[in-house]
Amino acid sequence: MSGSLQVDAGGRLRHFLDVEGLKRQQLFEIMDTAESFAGVGGRSVKKVPLLRGKTIVNLFFEASTRTRTTFELAAKRLSADVLNLNVSTSATTKGESLLDTLRNLEAMQADMFVVRHSGSGAAHFVARHAAPHVGVINAGDGCHAHPTQAMLDMFTIRRIKGEFTPLTVAIVGDILHSRVARSQIHALTTLGVREVRVIAPKTLLPQGVEQLGVRVFHDIVEGVRDADVIITLRLQRERMDGRLLPSKHEYFQRYGLTEANLATARPDAIVMHPGPINRGVELDSGTADGPRSVILQQVTHGIAIRMAVISMVMASHTTEAGR
Amino acid sequence: MTRWQIAGGRVIDPAEGLDRVTDLWLADGRVVALGDRPDGFTADRVLEVPGQVVCPGLVDLSASLREPGHEHKASIASEAAAAAASGITTLCCPPDTDPVIDTPAVVDLVRHRAASVGRVRVLPIGALTQELDGERLSEMAALKDAGCVGVTNLRRPVRDTQLLRHAMAYAATFDLTVFLHPDEPWLRGDGCIHEGEVSARLGLTGIPVVAETVAVARDLALIAHTGVRAHFCRLSTAAAVAQVAAARAAGLPVTADVCAHQLHLTEMDVSDFDSLCHVQPPLRTQRDRDALRSAVVEGTLDAVCSDHQPHEAEAKLAPLPETEPGISALETLLPLTLRLVEDGLLDLPSALGLLTAKPAGVIGLPVGTLRPGSVGDVCIFDPDRPWHLDPTRLLSRGRNTPFAGWAFAPRVTHTLLGGVLVHVLEPAP
Repeated sequence: MSGSLQVDAGGRLRHFLDVEGLKRQQLFEIMDTAESFAGVGGRSVKKVPLLRGKTIVNLFFEASTRTRTTFELAAKRLSADVLNLNVSTSATTKGESLLDTLRNLEAMQADMFVVRHSGSGAAHFVARHAAPHVGVINAGDGCHAHPTQAMLDMFTIRRIKGEFTPLTVAIVGDILHSRVARSQIHALTTLGVREVRVIAPKTLLPQGVEQLGVRVFHDIVEGVRDADVIITLRLQRERMDGRLLPSKHEYFQRYGLTEANLATARPDAIVMHPGPINRGVELDSGTADGPRSVILQQVTHGIAIRMAVISMVMASHTTEAGR
Repeated sequence: MTRWQIAGGRVIDPAEGLDRVTDLWLADGRVVALGDRPDGFTADRVLEVPGQVVCPGLVDLSASLREPGHEHKASIASEAAAAAASGITTLCCPPDTDPVIDTPAVVDLVRHRAASVGRVRVLPIGALTQELDGERLSEMAALKDAGCVGVTNLRRPVRDTQLLRHAMAYAATFDLTVFLHPDEPWLRGDGCIHEGEVSARLGLTGIPVVAETVAVARDLALIAHTGVRAHFCRLSTAAAVAQVAAARAAGLPVTADVCAHQLHLTEMDVSDFDSLCHVQPPLRTQRDRDALRSAVVEGTLDAVCSDHQPHEAEAKLAPLPETEPGISALETLLPLTLRLVEDGLLDLPSALGLLTAKPAGVIGLPVGTLRPGSVGDVCIFDPDRPWHLDPTRLLSRGRNTPFAGWAFAPRVTHTLLGGVLVHVLEPAP
């Protein structure tokens, strides 16, 4: 649905809001671009002069360390100037509206907004109301989408597994509230993996989740059987208060990833997690730190993917202006 | 007072089963006769309306007027003008004001303001509980004496089922209709769109169908128990319509309505986070929409209303979950309802019945008919005068409509309220 909003007539990324609506070729282009940036972090001078003189505003209405930091690093490695704004949502609801905040930042000649917000659809809203020369990147909106996380996960899978089409991927945990899961599901189905599975109790699955093109499991041992990739999701603390789950203990018993219940997965299966991990809830330490875990590689790849989408979105605006 | 001859129109009065080309005669604010000139009648003014439809002024069961308390959104004066231009002569306003309509003083204020504006008959619906707090019963007998046509708690939760039972029993004592918005607050939670395919995809918190059906089931049991006269407002699901139909088949005399936009839009219209489609109850599936249309045709749903909720622009300018629900809907009530005729579901008299005789029956007032002796509320519209909806040209102060750009055929040309001309469409340039 966001196709027309985030992709221009030439098929280039005007904004990066959502994996949904992008074509397989566009996802590969993002990963290929990231591949070209992946070496930058290993050099003694970790910078390319691509975005000199550009200003990128990290507009975070919701707390974040990892995502904000990797976006900042990505922008700086592209030689852009970065402004970090952490606005607590309560402050905006009391006074300045989101739209007013945007107008103010635009007046300071920002070229790009990287937006995180607790409201689903917030990045779409910002993109729809931003000035035409401003690019918008979604760094997570409510329970809707976290497209750069999904793309760094795809990048990680491709680097290890090579191809997508033969893969069975299982996503374990709180699908209902997860923007990461939604974006991963769209990415995986677009990239044509053999099967996407979700594994969760019924209280953590959205109604109609099958319509996203996934197979539903409630038993983790069944769900990970013959899987090539197992992605665990973070369980937010507020989900453990007894309304959706009786306890984190029972959750770990039934849905925590351990070496024992990974036995049915393929021997070369990898384990992923978007972080931060709750050890002993989503997975045990043996698994998190074990040979199957690629969790730290995900973090490293986050910088390359974010460099890729920042440069692609900025390029579409720069050439537009030059026309 | 002006003595009118409305000449040569197609007069449709669903209450009387009347549909023929004839003349309508009004004097002293009332309908005098239909057909031939009454003996000795001399008209001061003659409206020649050949090719047009002449029907009773429309009766809208719910239009928020925003006064008192929310004048930044709209006022009784602004919305009365919009109603008159839409052929609406009687409207019920819900107690979603500040202060809420829970005392005779607020009823008087609203009625006085409406009377001084004078373009539409405004009938307040009072609060079921004081300040709509769901804790303490309002002075319902006094509200009735002050002119309320019923009482409601809107979508605000009532503390417990016992209190709801007592509220219904107390309303029944004074023969007041209770207007129920079936919406179980715990199941609704902080949901903002229908729980289903679109909410799963967009990651928006959903409002499940059971939020409506659980409330309808509970309310039906309490209606039977207390014997109160009850009306279900804004049904949105196929399942709830089936519940109401079954209860009526079993002899329970409940009525129900639907708002016009629910007959045209579905959850898919929200799928690009369009906050103009943020409404409560939410837009549901196509299957639900089709069931609502069938229920309108079959008569399970008695009335179509606007559920008019004008907002200032800022109320819709935020990420969808943070926006205020509602549509500015007075000016689309007639054209959206008549689309059911264009779609072949209803004939024109039946469609107009949903906007006149049937809602009048819900509030039990002698409006919505052209029977000789009735009040002279008349809507005259051209059934084939195409126009496109341009939000900036709405008369309502609220420009929040998802129907921008829609092409409509019927256009109201004249509205009379108690024999007084309150609207004339400017002739096309």
